[in-house]
Amino acid sequence: MSALSSRDWGNLSLCAIALAIAACLPWTAGAYGLSIGVTIAMYTALATSWALFSGPTHYISLASAAFFGVGTYVTGIGIQYLPYWTLLPIAGVAGAVMAALVGLATLRLSGVYFVIFTLGLAEFVRQIITWSQNISGTKGIYVLTSIGEMHIYWQLLGLAALVWLLGWLIGRSRLGFALRIIGDDEAVARHSGIDTARAKILLFMVPGAVAAITGAVLAPRYVYIEPSLAFSPMLSFQVVIMALLGGTGRLWGPLVGVIPFTFLWEAISVSFPNQTTLLLGVCFLVIVYLLPKGFVGLIDLANKRMRSAEGYV
Amino acid sequence: MDILITGLLLGGTYALIAMGLNLQYGMARIMNLANGEMLVAGGFVAFWFWTGSQISPLLTVFVVAPVAFLLNWLIYLIFLRPLVKRAKSRGQLEVDSILTTFGLSFVAVGLMLAFFGGDYFSYSYLSEPVHILGDTYGANRVAAFLAAVVICGLLWLWLNRSRAGMTIRAISVAPESARLVGIDVRRTAALAFALGGAVTATGGALISTFLTLDASTGVIFTLKALVIVIMGGVGDVRGTIVAALLLGLLETFVARLVDPGLTLAAAYLLFVVILLFRPQGLFGRPTT
Repeated sequence: MSALSSRDWGNLSLCAIALAIAACLPWTAGAYGLSIGVTIAMYTALATSWALFSGPTHYISLASAAFFGVGTYVTGIGIQYLPYWTLLPIAGVAGAVMAALVGLATLRLSGVYFVIFTLGLAEFVRQIITWSQNISGTKGIYVLTSIGEMHIYWQLLGLAALVWLLGWLIGRSRLGFALRIIGDDEAVARHSGIDTARAKILLFMVPGAVAAITGAVLAPRYVYIEPSLAFSPMLSFQVVIMALLGGTGRLWGPLVGVIPFTFLWEAISVSFPNQTTLLLGVCFLVIVYLLPKGFVGLIDLANKRMRSAEGYV
Repeated sequence: MDILITGLLLGGTYALIAMGLNLQYGMARIMNLANGEMLVAGGFVAFWFWTGSQISPLLTVFVVAPVAFLLNWLIYLIFLRPLVKRAKSRGQLEVDSILTTFGLSFVAVGLMLAFFGGDYFSYSYLSEPVHILGDTYGANRVAAFLAAVVICGLLWLWLNRSRAGMTIRAISVAPESARLVGIDVRRTAALAFALGGAVTATGGALISTFLTLDASTGVIFTLKALVIVIMGGVGDVRGTIVAALLLGLLETFVARLVDPGLTLAAAYLLFVVILLFRPQGLFGRPTT
């Protein structure tokens, strides 16, 4: 790892200032504004960690909902026995272990197997939990805490900041370098001595852990947890769309997708609550045909045009 | 014995659905995640004809299949061919087609919700008992199974004996070399894709006689069909049939002996075992 240049320090301090401003939201916005803020912070953490894995490897993970649900259940079950602050790391470890197991089973094979496997994962875990609840005779779980919307927002914001920091560190590390080679050409990566399966499994543990922690943080907001709520498959699809809409090439890319999509989703859910699935489908098609590189791709293109117009090429 | 026969009856119908997906993924090389929606749409049409004018689902099939063929052919031309053209590698095409067919599947679910609503739909067709080896089964299951066997058999004959079937198998085995012997790969791929959609929709019309469907169940069938195709080996008709029967048996065992809510979990477990020990499928040869 090389030393930080003055430009790096500048970027870091800019990020810190932006984060501090974002942290003031609970005092400046009303209750509705804050709930939107929670949604944005939540999807930023999820989509950015998703893009950390899927950006360089081109593997589409649809497992976010599975990890998220496991996280909510860690809080739901654990809150009766353990203090709240120990639950987040536990959820993170649980998510990472689960991701490692999934990775071991599928990441040695081609991408299609991985997509199918992650597609069914949330449903699989949901059926197992529903079944064990039927056997033990319990239904849902109540999570009653004094944690307010404001605290959830700060925790998610902190988590998002951690994800960015981690992504930035990975980008500077040997692992990040290896991943860029894998993304360009996996055969080349294998021939130059990179253990591609190991690198992919390690990296997949990041979105797994982050999604589980996000679920654990959000559990108090739901108050009542049941399998169909915690493992809602829609979450996985929304994360994929937001990340791809923003663009996975840059660390800040997913954020650019999360913010407009959250507002669009809110507007659609309010005025056409039955057409959200249709909207989701149209978004997928728009991404593939019109925005294959996301908003980031558009911004890069505009930058290039401007520079060539000014004669800096 | 009861479980065995019920499982085989279910597996036969699964074979038909998976055969449709296998034509699309194995031959046309498009991973179609909107496959289950085509099935549900086929079921909807059968439901509609039966409740509207009492037309038997076994006859509806003759309407469903050509319409689905045309629809899938158009989908391939409009949405998928541009992706095939622009893709630089197989991996790129896979990512693009997965995202596109996902989008199409959501659009299909959205449209079906808008037209038919989110209710479960089922109807009672041929729900008379049939006696086989001392136990009783629903006549609709037996009829669906027999129809599936006939269609699978015809398909198998067509793929193995006819010239058109041979070209489809040729592009599945070696898409590059197929061009050298004068096969129009693009046209044949479109044909295989459309045929696969027609077979799946037919399966949907048959399965709707004994299963309850709703607008959003498609994805579960997509998943099951994918598990079957991978277990049987991509592009392998014989493997698909064996794998479908195995899955039908396993699901029936789990539903009867453990819990009916665990059928997909059982399919999934089977999938994990296949991935770990035979990722190339039951009859496939190991690839590097």
